Amino acid sequence: MRKTFAVAMAACLGFFPPAASAQEAPDALVKSVTLEVVDLIAKDKEIKAGSRAKLIEVIEAKVLPHFNFGAMTALAMGQNWGKASPEQKKRLTAEFKTLLVRTYASALAAYSEQKFDFRPLRAKPTDTDVTVNVRVLQPGAQPVTLDYSMEKTAAGWKVYDVMVGGVSLVANYRTEFANTVRASGVDGLIRDLEKKNRSLQEKK
Amino acid sequence: MKRVLAVILLALASGCATTNGDERDPLEGFNRGVYRFNEEFDEHLAKPVATAYRKALHPEIRSRVSNFFGNIHDIFIGVNNILQGKLGDGVNDWTRFAFNSTFGLLGLHDVASEWGYEKHNEDFGQTFGRWRVGPGPYLILPFLGSSTLRDGLGTVVDYTVAPLGEVRPIALRNSLHGLNLVNTRAELLDASRLLEEAALDKYVFQRDAYLQRRRSLIYDGRPPREKLE
Repeated sequence: MRKTFAVAMAACLGFFPPAASAQEAPDALVKSVTLEVVDLIAKDKEIKAGSRAKLIEVIEAKVLPHFNFGAMTALAMGQNWGKASPEQKKRLTAEFKTLLVRTYASALAAYSEQKFDFRPLRAKPTDTDVTVNVRVLQPGAQPVTLDYSMEKTAAGWKVYDVMVGGVSLVANYRTEFANTVRASGVDGLIRDLEKKNRSLQEKK
Repeated sequence: MKRVLAVILLALASGCATTNGDERDPLEGFNRGVYRFNEEFDEHLAKPVATAYRKALHPEIRSRVSNFFGNIHDIFIGVNNILQGKLGDGVNDWTRFAFNSTFGLLGLHDVASEWGYEKHNEDFGQTFGRWRVGPGPYLILPFLGSSTLRDGLGTVVDYTVAPLGEVRPIALRNSLHGLNLVNTRAELLDASRLLEEAALDKYVFQRDAYLQRRRSLIYDGRPPREKLE
């Protein structure tokens, strides 16, 4: 009997980790990832020397796993998403992801030790769609707000939009995407995105 | 002057004929014309000057310059907060001005931020927005860039009341204006590079970002959520 109890205890402690660590709360996740990345950048000599490739490497390893690029691409496409074939969707998502990562790297490269203010999450524990608010503080200017829209999935919380200073990245691509699809179809948009990514690649 | 007006009207008329249908931007043809002009001006004059300015001056000094102009601006940020019925915020802005003008040595140091008096972002365009004036058509202003009919009128009021215009002698006033403009453009160098990289069509990307940003500012960063679907 005592042995059974001990086994049960061990099972509880060892095999069923506490719920909190099984799925980190969205605001805690944003905070830990942000601080980790900022710390890595501050310490990395190559990045400090201006290596964009190394910076992208860090983003791909640390930040990307927490983003749902399929959802982001679908939102940016709006109604046109339904017109795309599975193959087109795959390519759109891949190209859009590359573009966003590059943009993100550019924004991070401009970062210079500003302080963060991680706002407490205003959501119910049962919510599956929340916004995590972070503010970047800089003396002499209004703080810049970063709002992460996040959705709960089986694989943890995933970001599906970022608002910088009230500007939604996903919403901002909507008109561009719609105009291009109207003018030259989904394939035209894929071509434009490829061209854009290639030109950014060459610049570096 | 009359000739300039005629040219603008002509551009406006031809612009109207070539729009391709964004309801927020009925003057797109005209706007794109002004946009091209602004881009040329920026590429050949504003950006090189701002880049040289940034290279020449230590970040610390540039930040003093920003603080100095920002401090004067705080008076009107306060006025706008009061006009929008946000008395507490207005008092915060004027307290900032009082502390920074004295302890902060004529505004060169933003001591108020360190003491917990946060800087706000307000202008007359936002005040009109709070008073439920719609944005009207999107407008690109020569030299100044993205605006709307409402925000453009707001900018006219902003400039009219700005105390910098009262500075004499004229040469000093013009130098201050020049410094303010160059410093502002220098602050935007990172942002404009980002825009360059992120956008497929810079005109559209910038327009949509501007309209989103202004909407957010009018609601002080908490606009009613528009659910994307």
